[in-house]
Amino acid sequence: MFAGYDFDVIERSLPYLFREGMVFTLTLTALAMAGGIFFGTLLAMMRLSSVRVVSALAGGYVNLMRSLPLVLVIFWFFFLVPYLYGAVRGEGRPIAIGAFYSALITFTMFEAAYYCEIMRAGIQSIARGQVWSAYALGLNYWQTMGFIVLPQAFRNMLPVLLTQTIILFQDTSLVYVISATDFLGAAAKIANRDYRLVEMYTFVAVVYFIVSYGLSALVKTFQDRIAIIR
Amino acid sequence: MQYNWHWKVLLETEPGGTGTYLQYLIVGLGWTLATALVAWVLALAIGAVVGTLRTTSLKWAVRAGNLYVEIFRNVPLIVQMFLWFFVVPELLPQAIGDWIKQMPPPWGSYVPAVMCLAIFTSVRVAEQLRAGINSLPRGQRLAGIATGLTEAQAYRHVILPQAFRIVLPPLTSEFMNIIKNSSVALTIGLLELTGRARAMQEFSFRVFEAFATATVIYLLTNLIVVLAMRALEKKVRVPGLIAAQAGH
Repeated sequence: MFAGYDFDVIERSLPYLFREGMVFTLTLTALAMAGGIFFGTLLAMMRLSSVRVVSALAGGYVNLMRSLPLVLVIFWFFFLVPYLYGAVRGEGRPIAIGAFYSALITFTMFEAAYYCEIMRAGIQSIARGQVWSAYALGLNYWQTMGFIVLPQAFRNMLPVLLTQTIILFQDTSLVYVISATDFLGAAAKIANRDYRLVEMYTFVAVVYFIVSYGLSALVKTFQDRIAIIR
Repeated sequence: MQYNWHWKVLLETEPGGTGTYLQYLIVGLGWTLATALVAWVLALAIGAVVGTLRTTSLKWAVRAGNLYVEIFRNVPLIVQMFLWFFVVPELLPQAIGDWIKQMPPPWGSYVPAVMCLAIFTSVRVAEQLRAGINSLPRGQRLAGIATGLTEAQAYRHVILPQAFRIVLPPLTSEFMNIIKNSSVALTIGLLELTGRARAMQEFSFRVFEAFATATVIYLLTNLIVVLAMRALEKKVRVPGLIAAQAGH
């Protein structure tokens, strides 16, 4: 089975695969996680708002994103963002922004919907008395959220947020469809140039497996350590 | 925002000459559903076996099940797609590999896509079913054994009938996921709905009409699946459980 398996092509391309590809993948994952959690938390607060219009808007957005395939959303933003950017700059024509920023905006907006559902569950898991006590002490909405509710919600939901981030890390490989050079994209370029598809794709699978499996194991130990004793 | 909508493009003939662009996209939906449904049946079958084995007292079966789940859960779907399409035919005996590679389109992409989605989703089905089995009171299994059933009989007559009914609601969302995930098959050349929207955009240069139409078709499909599943859930609900009263 490994007769004719060319390990050399992997070794030769290691610097390119990791310095270009993996750096792209990890940067995209980290920034999209930060942005996704930020907007996801805002969306969750909107969904739980007592103002009907606000909660309906946030709910509609989240349900829309969760009903569509990620590949379709990547295409949407890939073509839409240059138009919006052109309009914002007032030039009236689309301006190219490159695959990385397009992917970053896509994943931030897409993952925000998923992080929103996690944060919503987190906020709803906080005892109602906490909120009443905060209001009784004279804190306003933003102070109550910022000092009382969100810190506890984050802590309760941290393992789930991290698990979602591992899913995000795997999903970033779909930027292949807009020809970005992430880890998979870099491997695919070499695979096609040298006609070494078997070697490159098995190697990519092994690397993704090691990283994802390692991260989930970390999350598991982390979960035990930060668990709140009740 | 300056974009001149031109919705009539949907009624123009697509370059392949098989009909209008709208028909072209709807045939794409057909391929999406054909891929998702066949993969779903396989995923349920494999997932049921793996999920059940992981709760038995057979140590080797538990270990093998865990290994299976970890492997297919920690590799991205698109990479698995490439493995099934590019790598598997090379690793099989040459005669079979050649036969696979020479399958006429679209079957050459359809078969690997179905295999990939089936295995990928079976892991999630297995996890759900294992959780469902573990959520049953231990007394159910013990009482089954105490009345003289073998372990296999206890599964067949006591545990699995209850577990399947419990895990049906979470499986609904897995079915929606398999429909969405089938779009990844466009990377190995299967012209399903998203792939056809992309192709339409390339042929006609009507970017947003193509993607907006695909979006609407996906939303309608989702709506139908949700309604159908809700009816099914009502039917198989286990009387006496909290879910039966709460209504979801």
